[in-house]
Amino acid sequence: MTLTDLAARLELKVFTAGIPLDKPVLGGYASDLLSDVIGHGRKGDVWVTMQVHPNIVAVAVLKDLAGIVLVNGREPAPETLEQAAREKVPLLGTRSGAFDLVGRLYGLGVKGS
Amino acid sequence: MALRRLRADLHIHTCLSPCGELTMSPRAIIEMARASGLDLIAVTDHNTTENAGAVIQAAAGTGLAVLPGIELTTAEEVHILGLFDAATDLRPFQADVFRNLPDVPSKMKFVDDQVIVDADDYVTGFSPRCLFGATLFSVQATVDLIHGHGGLAIACHIDRESFSIISQLGFIPPGLDLEAVEVSPRLAPDAARAAFGPFDPLPIVRFSDAHKPEEIGSATTDFLVAGPGLAEIRLALAGEAGRKVILA
Repeated sequence: MTLTDLAARLELKVFTAGIPLDKPVLGGYASDLLSDVIGHGRKGDVWVTMQVHPNIVAVAVLKDLAGIVLVNGREPAPETLEQAAREKVPLLGTRSGAFDLVGRLYGLGVKGS
Repeated sequence: MALRRLRADLHIHTCLSPCGELTMSPRAIIEMARASGLDLIAVTDHNTTENAGAVIQAAAGTGLAVLPGIELTTAEEVHILGLFDAATDLRPFQADVFRNLPDVPSKMKFVDDQVIVDADDYVTGFSPRCLFGATLFSVQATVDLIHGHGGLAIACHIDRESFSIISQLGFIPPGLDLEAVEVSPRLAPDAARAAFGPFDPLPIVRFSDAHKPEEIGSATTDFLVAGPGLAEIRLALAGEAGRKVILA
C-alpha cells in the first residue's frame, strides 16, 4: 500500500503536488500532540492529525513517516506547505474527521502498532 | 541605578478565568501575594485582560506591583503568557483577541462562573464567552500580537503534558522570538535547569499559575532590577544592563 493508493481510495486531497507518493505505508498513527508522535510514531506510518503548524513536517522527517493526512478539511499553514515541499514530506487532506478516516484506513489494512 | 531583588509570581488567574476560584478576587489576591512576600505579580486570565485593571487599582498604595497580562490559547492549544506595561491601553488588543475567539456558549458544567469584578471586589458582570477555548491565532501570530502591543511573550508550563508548546508542537519552533519559557511549580528549579537548560539562551522562569488563593506564590522567580516595571523585567529576561533572572 502506498500513499498513491490511499489517496485514490479515500479521495484524499494532495497539498504537496510534485512530491512522490510512492513510499510504502507500513502503518498508521493518529494524534494531535506532536510530542506523542515523536514518542510513538514509527517509520513508514501515515500520520492522521488536525495540527497544521510547520512543526508537523519536522516531526514527519524525524520519525521518517510516510506522510501526513490533515483531517476536518484543515489546510496547511503556508509555512507548513513550504517546509513540506523543501523536506519532501507528502501532505494530504480530507474533509472527514480523524475517527472516520482512521476507520477507513484500518479497513484498507493500515494498522497501528 | 541601584538594583534590587524583587520576588515575582507573574502567572495568576482571577475569578474571571473559567477554572479560577470565585475567591480569586482582587483584594484576596493582593492580600495573599503580600503575605507570601511577593513584590510583583501579574494578572493572567485565559484569553482576557478584563480583570487586570481592577487588581492594579486595588493594589495601589499597598507596595505590591501588578502587571496586566493574559494567558492566550493558540490555535494549536498552546498556552502563551503575555505580560504588558500597566500604562498600555489593552482595549484594542482585547478586541482583537475576542474577534479571534470562537463564540461557543460556555455553559458547561465543569466551567465555573466567569466573574468580572471591580477594585472593591464587587461583581460587575459575567463573561459570556468560552474563555478557555482556543483562539484562531497560531503560536507565531500570538507572539507577534503580544509584541505588537509592547508585551513580553512567555511559553507557559512547558513541563506539563497539556497546553504546553512542547506537548502540542514537540519542540519550540525555531525562530519563535519568545522572551522566556515558564515551568510549573511541579518542577523544582534544579530539575527545570536540567530539563530545559538546552533551550538556553531562553531564560527559564517559574510561576504558580495560581487558580486558588493558597496557590499564589507557590512558585516564584526573582528579578534583579531597578524597579517592577515591564521595561525592567524585559531587561532582566534579556540579561542586559546588569539586570537578571534568578531562578531559586
